[in-house]
Amino acid sequence: MSSTPIKKVTGKGVFVPGDDIDTDRIIPARFMKCITFDGLGEYLFHDVRKTESGEDKKHNLNDPRFAEASILVSGNNFGCGSSREHAPQSILRAGYDAVIAGSFAEIFFGNSTNLGVVCVIASDADREIIASAIETHPELEITIDVENHEIIYGDQSVPCEIKQGARDSLLSGNYDPLDELLVGADEVSKTAGALPYMQA
Amino acid sequence: MGKSLFEKVWDAHAVRQLVNGQTQLLIGTHLIHEVTSPQAFGMLRDRDLKVQYPHRTFATVDHIVPTNESVEPYSDPLAQGMIEELRNNCADNNVTFFDTNTGKQGVVHIVGPEQGITQPGTTIACGDSHTATHGAFGAIAFGIGTSQVRDVLATQTIALNELKVRRINVNGTLPPGVYAKDVILHIIRLLGTQGGTGYAYEYAGTTFDKFTMEERMTVCNMSIEGGARVGYVNPDETTFEYLKGRPYSPKGAAWDAAVEQWKSFASDTNCTFDDVVDIDASHIQPTVTWGITPGQGVGIEESIPAISDAPTQSERDSVAEALEYMQFEGGSPIRGKKIDVAFIGSCTNGRLSDFQEVAKYVKGHKVAEGVQAIIVPGSQVVAKIAEDLGLDKIFIEAGFEWRAAGCSMCLAMNPDKLVGDQLCASSSNRNFKGRQGSPTGRTMLMSPIMVAAAAVTGQVSDAREVFGFASAGV
Ligand code: SF4
Repeated sequence: MSSTPIKKVTGKGVFVPGDDIDTDRIIPARFMKCITFDGLGEYLFHDVRKTESGEDKKHNLNDPRFAEASILVSGNNFGCGSSREHAPQSILRAGYDAVIAGSFAEIFFGNSTNLGVVCVIASDADREIIASAIETHPELEITIDVENHEIIYGDQSVPCEIKQGARDSLLSGNYDPLDELLVGADEVSKTAGALPYMQA
Repeated sequence: MGKSLFEKVWDAHAVRQLVNGQTQLLIGTHLIHEVTSPQAFGMLRDRDLKVQYPHRTFATVDHIVPTNESVEPYSDPLAQGMIEELRNNCADNNVTFFDTNTGKQGVVHIVGPEQGITQPGTTIACGDSHTATHGAFGAIAFGIGTSQVRDVLATQTIALNELKVRRINVNGTLPPGVYAKDVILHIIRLLGTQGGTGYAYEYAGTTFDKFTMEERMTVCNMSIEGGARVGYVNPDETTFEYLKGRPYSPKGAAWDAAVEQWKSFASDTNCTFDDVVDIDASHIQPTVTWGITPGQGVGIEESIPAISDAPTQSERDSVAEALEYMQFEGGSPIRGKKIDVAFIGSCTNGRLSDFQEVAKYVKGHKVAEGVQAIIVPGSQVVAKIAEDLGLDKIFIEAGFEWRAAGCSMCLAMNPDKLVGDQLCASSSNRNFKGRQGSPTGRTMLMSPIMVAAAAVTGQVSDAREVFGFASAGV
């Protein structure tokens, strides 16, 4: 579906430290016993936030100072592991629009982009600067400028990277590819026709 | 210049270029299961779209099925709801469903190959990151998200960027007691959990030439743990031998034509790769993970790293976090860690040869006191053959539980879960925090034989010593 182009994302940030934050951590499998994505936001980072008896742990995600955050800042290889779209769906449904990380696992990145969740890469040093800025000024507005590869916070900025294809899709509002794929139906049947195993 | 298998299969399935530069890629074979497909069918209904090529989608149920309860309704109403949803979606859309009463149900990555659905030179997608398993046959197999499951249902295609190809040559003979699982744990330890980002892994070399299909599947299965979305082995006589006579394999004259075509997909000898890694098989040890990512592994004769061993601050932080979670001391030997649970199964190591190998060695041994040990066949087909061979009796005699087919304790979506901070020796593929169902549960990944050795000794042990392999300790 052609959606509204995403040129910029602006919001407050929250820092979720650690490399290799896997999708089991983003949304534990036991909350995936569902047939719709509704309500997944509630379980985002559940075991990171809660003790086994259900009390809040001391974590930025529970800290009222960051309650209004809509941008996650994290480490390297964010979203590794399972292909579950439940992960970006829970991020989106918990009110986050973007993730700034050192790198992203591929399937997570693709799933997120398809949903319009903006994933940008910033260096270790730059993420540290942003994280400490958030820590000292939780009310700080962060803007991810997709078009100009920049993360702006207060009157400062650091560069960020985003894959060319994903950037184009976000800027044009074509990040959900279904409509474009549907248009190719005739060519699809031609390609399928040349492959013996595709025949009914 | 020659082409790699990846390039040839990609080219044969590329439909056209999309506006953002991605390729619209035909997905020949689509596999679905109950966790990641219901929302996709829902999206189709919302947009009034139909399944475009229903004969190219195959379904099974694996994650949520209890393996110790066979009568429906299941005690978990959510699980019951999910299986019914899949049943209805398949019936409504003319999709073949290997339901629990067919004798063919099982973990999706075990069912596809054993039914002969997984074939060389094809593209395969499944809403599951271990789809690379099917690459063992020389297919290009992608794990996809639910919106992409929707895309495949509605168009039989997805939008993708082409991958680079890294060839990983493993040459030589594996020492006794070292298995395909150790090969992939070793590769991930070497190249890291994100080393494969942007790559398809082509596994080759004399070790792979000699591997059975089941061994190749074990390696390809865990490509994603190394960050690679796709992993494959070029098809050869071993591949064709495996596929011959399977329910969905071509028959008669079509078989010969198919084999000819399959051969043509293998990487050309003169093709170039974006990267090449060479590994000597004789250097690989039985490997065990000590941390919370599959890359945090060591050989059984080694010690767990100390925080100070890590070269960078972020790596030191990762080691510290893992040690704290696992309750291990840096620098302590990996062997001797007391386990509570032993799990043999999953799409990595839930196949017949895994069970045959374990049965060969556990005969005459007993599961240590206080250890819960479960063996879970990856499919009903595997279960049936294993039972016909009497393997179940050997396991039960040794003190293991023998279950019905499913994902079981590989992940926390069915009744098999760790409790509290239990430590589990597991033949599965992920040791993430909480992966096996308890938020503080601890997982150590290893080969089925190493799990069996841990089960009978009650602690992480060198299977070569426990079971008296010919050249133990070499
Ligand atoms: S066995 Fe484990 S990894 Fe494989 S499909 Fe099931 S849950 Fe996923």
